Amino acid sequence: MRLVVPLQGVVQGRGGLIFGSLIPCALFYFLQLYLKRHRSPNSQSNPPSPSASTQNLAEMSRTSSRSNLLSRGSIGPVRISSLATSICKPNESPYYIGLDKASEDPYDRIGNPDGVIQLGLSENRLCFDLIEKWMLENLNDSIRGREGGDLSISGIASYQPLDGTMELKMAMAGFLSRIMGGAVSFEPSQIVLTAGATPAIETLCFCLADHGNAFLVPTPYYPGFDRDMRWRTGVELIPVHCRSTDNFVLSISALDQAFNQTRKHGTKIRGILLSNPANPVGNLLSREMLCDLLDFAREKNIHIISDEIFAGSIYGNEEFVSIADVVDSEDFDKSRVHIVYGLSKDLSLPGFRVGMIYSFNENVLAAARKLTRFSSISAPTQRLLVSMLSDTRFIEEYMVTNKKRIRNMRDLFVAGLEGLGIRCADSSAGLYCWADMSKLIPSYGEKGELELWDKLLNVAKINMTPGSACHCIEPGWFRCCFTTLDKEDIPVVMERIRKVADTRTSRS
Amino acid sequence: MTQALYSRTRSTETEPVEKAGGGGGGGAAMRVIVPLQGVVQGRGGLVLGSIIPCALFYFLQFYLKRHRKGTDDQSNSNSSGQNPTARSELPGLRRNLSRGLPSPRSPRGPVSVSGRVNWIMKGADSPYYVGLRRATEDPYDELSNPNGVIQLGLAENKLSLDLVKHWLAENAEQSILRKGKELSISRIATYQPFDGLMELKVAVAGFMSQVMEKAVSFNPLQVVLTAGATPAIEILSFCLADAGNAFLVPTPYYPSLDRDIKWRTGVEIIHVPCRSAGNFNLSIAALDRAFDQAKKRGLKVRGILISNPSNPVGNLLSRDTLYSLLDFAREKNIHIVSNELLAGSTHGNEEFMSMAELLHLDDLDRKRVHIVYGLSKDLSLTGFRVGVIYSHNEEVLAAAKKLARFSSISAPTQCLLISMLSDAKFVQTLISISRERLQRMYAQFVAGLKKLGIECIKSSGGFYCWADMSGLIRSYSEKGELELWDKLLNIGKVNVTPGSSCHCIEPGWFGFCLTTLTEKDIPIVMDRIQKVSETCKLNR
Repeated sequence: MRLVVPLQGVVQGRGGLIFGSLIPCALFYFLQLYLKRHRSPNSQSNPPSPSASTQNLAEMSRTSSRSNLLSRGSIGPVRISSLATSICKPNESPYYIGLDKASEDPYDRIGNPDGVIQLGLSENRLCFDLIEKWMLENLNDSIRGREGGDLSISGIASYQPLDGTMELKMAMAGFLSRIMGGAVSFEPSQIVLTAGATPAIETLCFCLADHGNAFLVPTPYYPGFDRDMRWRTGVELIPVHCRSTDNFVLSISALDQAFNQTRKHGTKIRGILLSNPANPVGNLLSREMLCDLLDFAREKNIHIISDEIFAGSIYGNEEFVSIADVVDSEDFDKSRVHIVYGLSKDLSLPGFRVGMIYSFNENVLAAARKLTRFSSISAPTQRLLVSMLSDTRFIEEYMVTNKKRIRNMRDLFVAGLEGLGIRCADSSAGLYCWADMSKLIPSYGEKGELELWDKLLNVAKINMTPGSACHCIEPGWFRCCFTTLDKEDIPVVMERIRKVADTRTSRS
Repeated sequence: MTQALYSRTRSTETEPVEKAGGGGGGGAAMRVIVPLQGVVQGRGGLVLGSIIPCALFYFLQFYLKRHRKGTDDQSNSNSSGQNPTARSELPGLRRNLSRGLPSPRSPRGPVSVSGRVNWIMKGADSPYYVGLRRATEDPYDELSNPNGVIQLGLAENKLSLDLVKHWLAENAEQSILRKGKELSISRIATYQPFDGLMELKVAVAGFMSQVMEKAVSFNPLQVVLTAGATPAIEILSFCLADAGNAFLVPTPYYPSLDRDIKWRTGVEIIHVPCRSAGNFNLSIAALDRAFDQAKKRGLKVRGILISNPSNPVGNLLSRDTLYSLLDFAREKNIHIVSNELLAGSTHGNEEFMSMAELLHLDDLDRKRVHIVYGLSKDLSLTGFRVGVIYSHNEEVLAAAKKLARFSSISAPTQCLLISMLSDAKFVQTLISISRERLQRMYAQFVAGLKKLGIECIKSSGGFYCWADMSGLIRSYSEKGELELWDKLLNIGKVNVTPGSSCHCIEPGWFGFCLTTLTEKDIPIVMDRIQKVSETCKLNR
């Protein structure tokens, strides 16, 4: 009863209404404040002791002013942003856990034969000999500049256009059309260069979508997209599921369904993100499919981002068709088409961090150029690449050899897997194969898949990317990158997989 | 609905006052009182009697919050509290929009780009960027283009490029391709840690303490490398503040900071004006005022961003100021980002003191201080794009390391720098020679301006003279300042940075960057300025 008295007494008296509402209001307000304060430090790693906060609460009601409270100081650690709070935790995705594990304890035939074999990183080490040879012959000249003299040093050391030098853009445009078999020609003025394909995708995302908008992405997709597209832009990715029965080929009806469902949830879709050649499956989009996609995009008035970073790593007989080729040859609205490319895969120079945006949309280009201030390529690297890409004889030789070596590796690797009864999806490009290991998983589900992944990583010491990290809807698929291996490593890999497969079959 | 509730709350609150005034209008207002009074006296009165006003108050708060968010829509805050309301508001709107979507046969206008891009593109370029562009399009050259524009707007150091060039010519190939004697192509071609090679972190940490005259030692584990200081600042903003939060920044500050901080993060900048009367030194009182004002506007201040040596003024923060800044930050529980990009480019007798020197203190303080550095100024390697984040806060470091994937340094450049920075003799010579040359240039330039009757603020660091030309402007305002800037650019053919581009609160101040010149250019510059100043005096 004691509690009732003050309130009742107050309400009946003069000015009672004010107090009668103010007191509970104030209590409620402080409760809210308390909850809010209590919650935020909790999400960080070191929550303050509850006793301290109750003390603060007592203080607060006495002074009832927030600024006073703040000036008293010593209220625990300073807060960081919600973005930083969410990403500063250790990696959770098996993709990154595996990558970390493999780089901490890398396999080496002689130095560390019990180390983890890296099949999770799509990196091409098959042609380092060619690049090394070129570098030895040309590096000095290309960095110093051919003429020597003052011009060349200020060309490296001083401010350069943030979106890349015109020379490199021209060299890139030439390289790109060479890679695509001369079918398309690229306009250097429509190129924006960035420090890797990762920032290229992010920059496009910033340009095309606002916080809370979404992109449709066919699954399985490259696990890095979740970071590249979502972290800082606040954009969402809506999976459009492709299935093994169609050999993971995208269907427009699935796209349409995903579009409508997302719209029902009240999310605005700003585009489709394609990877062509697809990562991780390795198949290509046909010309008809690209036309259908362009029709779909026109109908819904949305953008298309086509990630063509593996365009030059083709080993099948199928011909690669760039979306630039399609919009060039037929009458489509070009302003909604944006292409992402980079030198990390086809030229196997991921360490150089060179990516590019190729767009037909003037506004997007202008904005992207401004945003390259946050991710531009270092000038010595640009100069090195201008000479390398302009050396047509070298590029021609490199491309032929590279394709041949990828094909050989792939044939060996796939044959090895088939020997173990593991089938791969049909593919014609990329540095990886997409293997169906559903027979080896203990239970048909994501859990079973991750158990197998864990066994492969920790028992067999092989890092592969599980399908669930790529948002594949069917469990049991794994991506294996084979271009980081030597031919001699393949039997070792197969032996290790066989051991895991055997423990599975012996148990069942 | 909230609108109705709001007005009801209001009348509940104001009612008793009216009553006390003279009971005339009581009849109409009684209706509002009745439910509450009736409820309180009845059964369960306590519960309802508190819940009803609570709810009213809560909705009032809610309403105010939403109302405020609506006005600054570009700061698409991702605070979770706001989302459900935004969602519930949208369906109606969406449906209309979708009806407006083009049928396949009638393609509607061009596909739209994002709102933030429109916002970025909309803002006209400030005089700072206009001038830079003019000077790049028509650059002065003693022989080939003597009537071109002389660039005094770009903070770039060309004084010691000859030394760098010499080093590169001798060592480039060796340092990129080899580790020791062995050829190692995989070191530059393959994927490397996005936040920089450990060897480069060690070298950069060593270089930083060398530049700061060994007063501090930096731990390489607390270094994150980025592709330039610009992304370093942006990444820190992403890590420290949410969209809609704010940083306090003393003015004048360097013009591109607006782009670096605000564009993609949605963070706001609150100006903390410094005045010529105080030699443009930062005062804690001004900081405090700005903080309170920001809070009144409903902005959450998450940190202070200082540049030390300050850019563009060039003065250094004293030990006392640094301590009081730290006290201030502690009191308000906010971060300090200290941009020490120019730490090695001092030319006065005053000694530079890094924020890092204060950090042997307690843990809470260390966690709120973050230092930005880069090699573009002190090593005059702007084109290399190398920036540094140095922090004691593990969470910020972890997040920044992950965000470095969007802006990492090319491996050949890293290898080049590892050898360059590890060449102690070269680095020592470079630092001392460029300091000496900077000192000489500064003295000559200031003396030249003085002869024209233009006084500069006494400064000890950086590439700028911060000159008071208020005597030459026609009206004491931003307009007058920009008129003079325009005349300097178009008649005098000298590109300088007007104070208004740096958000300087007093008109008539200009920044002259002197490190892009050679000594023999100085008389030409002075000549051109003199011509403009004479026309100004004639017009008066």
